[in-house]
Amino acid sequence: MIHLDQVSKMYRTDRIETTALDNINLAVEKGELVSIMGPSGCGKSTLLNLMGLLDEPSSGKVELDGITINGQGDRALARVRNERIGFIFQQFHLVSDLSVVDNVEIPLLYRKMSNRERRKAALAALDRVGLSSRTHHFPTQLSGGQQQRVAIARAIVGRPAILLADEPTGNLDSQMGDEIMDILEGLHSEGTTIVMVTHDPRLAERTNRTVRLFDGRQVQ
Amino acid sequence: MFKNYLKVALKVLARRKFFTFISLFGISITLLVLLVTAAVFDHALAPHSPETRSDRTLGIYQLTMRGPNNTQNSDPGYGFLDRYVRPLSKLPGVERFSIVSAPQTAVSYVGGKKIESQLRRADGEFWRILEAEFLEGSPFTSEDESGARFVAVINETTRDRFFEGRPAMGRTIEVDGQRFRVVGVVRDVPALRFSSSADMWVPISTTKSRHYKEEWLDQFHGLILARDRADLPAIKSEFQASLREAERHLPDPKRYQTLTASADTLFEAYVRRFTPGNTDVIYPGRVKALLFLLMLLFMLLPTLNLVNINLSRILDRASEIGVRKAFGASSRTLVGQFVVENLVLTLLGALAGLVLAAVVLSALNSSGFLPYARLALNYRVFFYGLIMALFFGILSGVYPAWRMSKLHPVQALRGRSV
Repeated sequence: MIHLDQVSKMYRTDRIETTALDNINLAVEKGELVSIMGPSGCGKSTLLNLMGLLDEPSSGKVELDGITINGQGDRALARVRNERIGFIFQQFHLVSDLSVVDNVEIPLLYRKMSNRERRKAALAALDRVGLSSRTHHFPTQLSGGQQQRVAIARAIVGRPAILLADEPTGNLDSQMGDEIMDILEGLHSEGTTIVMVTHDPRLAERTNRTVRLFDGRQVQ
Repeated sequence: MFKNYLKVALKVLARRKFFTFISLFGISITLLVLLVTAAVFDHALAPHSPETRSDRTLGIYQLTMRGPNNTQNSDPGYGFLDRYVRPLSKLPGVERFSIVSAPQTAVSYVGGKKIESQLRRADGEFWRILEAEFLEGSPFTSEDESGARFVAVINETTRDRFFEGRPAMGRTIEVDGQRFRVVGVVRDVPALRFSSSADMWVPISTTKSRHYKEEWLDQFHGLILARDRADLPAIKSEFQASLREAERHLPDPKRYQTLTASADTLFEAYVRRFTPGNTDVIYPGRVKALLFLLMLLFMLLPTLNLVNINLSRILDRASEIGVRKAFGASSRTLVGQFVVENLVLTLLGALAGLVLAAVVLSALNSSGFLPYARLALNYRVFFYGLIMALFFGILSGVYPAWRMSKLHPVQALRGRSV
């Protein structure tokens, strides 16, 4: 499903060149639940950003469903992200000016859908994460766990085949973290491919396999 | 999608109240000035009662006679207009032709009190070119003019001053030692309409002396009503041919050999009036371009201010931009969103500007600064305002929107603007 072939990512400033990822070869197949682990600054989020087409590799090839992503234009990448990928962030990244249901609708704004269809899909996604009663609240009126559930609803509302979660429980206590993991496992059991960056070995144990990074290199 | 944009736009405006106030203040004051200016221009130039056909009316307001050592420049005389311009009324594109004097101050005494009025002498056709709003009676006719009947049409203010607002029909007024029977009362004609405005109008033939019939230079104007706006160029050209014919019959050919005059639209007449020096050749197109440029320059400062404010908001909204990009918004879509948001801001500012302009115009009307002015926010001025607001909104929104849309999604999600 996602194939990274000899992928490297370098960040350059005027004087310094930093290697964030070095010659990564990784394949994530359909229906897998994969965790990425490693110490801070080892390149986990960079790897996830490359898989999510939010960033381009300095060298190497990224393939999604057999199609090479490198060099695709802004609009084409935006469409692939919209149709194929859902994101869950550690910081939730909800738009504070929008209500819960309006936040969840965001990915559908970039599809050809009627207002009614969009609202129906958003409410169904919120129901899926157990937040039907909070649809018209604003993010600041919710707990951290509830905010992350809204973020999951937003990630799944467009029924993407792949979910990329960057430390989805990083800002939550362990009980809320478990609740979020339960939801992710539920989505995985329904066929969604999930790649998750985590620091938490307990969560990594609940995944099919773990990719370990150290200093930008894949060590396992 | 638009509803979502609108929600975000209003929330963002509410969130940063001070910046919103500064932006709205700048936009509304700018549009206030532009709307008041547009209303004055509209009032002076657009077709309004009684000059509802001004868009297809030409006026001859000036005549210059030149010789090697002499130049005379004045309003045309009745003799010249009657002999060399009236024949143009036979042209297929001409509907009517009228001769009317420039307004002159006339004195009356009512109950021992001196009243000064602006008096015009006109023919019967004058009232058929205009569409005056009669509050009482009707206009005098060509028969009144040919019969030298002492009849008058007065305006509303004159009725108030002579008859304290009571009906004036059939009553007599004495002006400059002549007595006229009032046959009609019209609504006040704004002073800016310089081919028709006056306090009273009487037939030309009631002029005390008959010398006016021979004059080439005097204080009359010729008005030509075309059947269609498309006929105006042909009429202008025929008018120039008439001038060349008139040159062969100049009253004092030893002193004067050439004639210069123009059949002008209202705008051209204003340009000629306000052009310093030699007005034989005027450039209305350049004046329009200059006015447009001045409008742009006037809008430049608040536009730059708004651009700055918008750019400073990039950091605030970086996370949102990152999220939208991650979930499928292309740069183009985001430009659209931010331009819409900016348009919401400018349209709100325009609305405030519109309300302020209505207050200022009402104050101007009642101040008497422009006699008989009825400055108003009609649909044309509203349309200008809307166009200006949209232009302003797009101009100040596109660059910041483009900058916002170019944010790298990863950097944006980290809350960085660069």
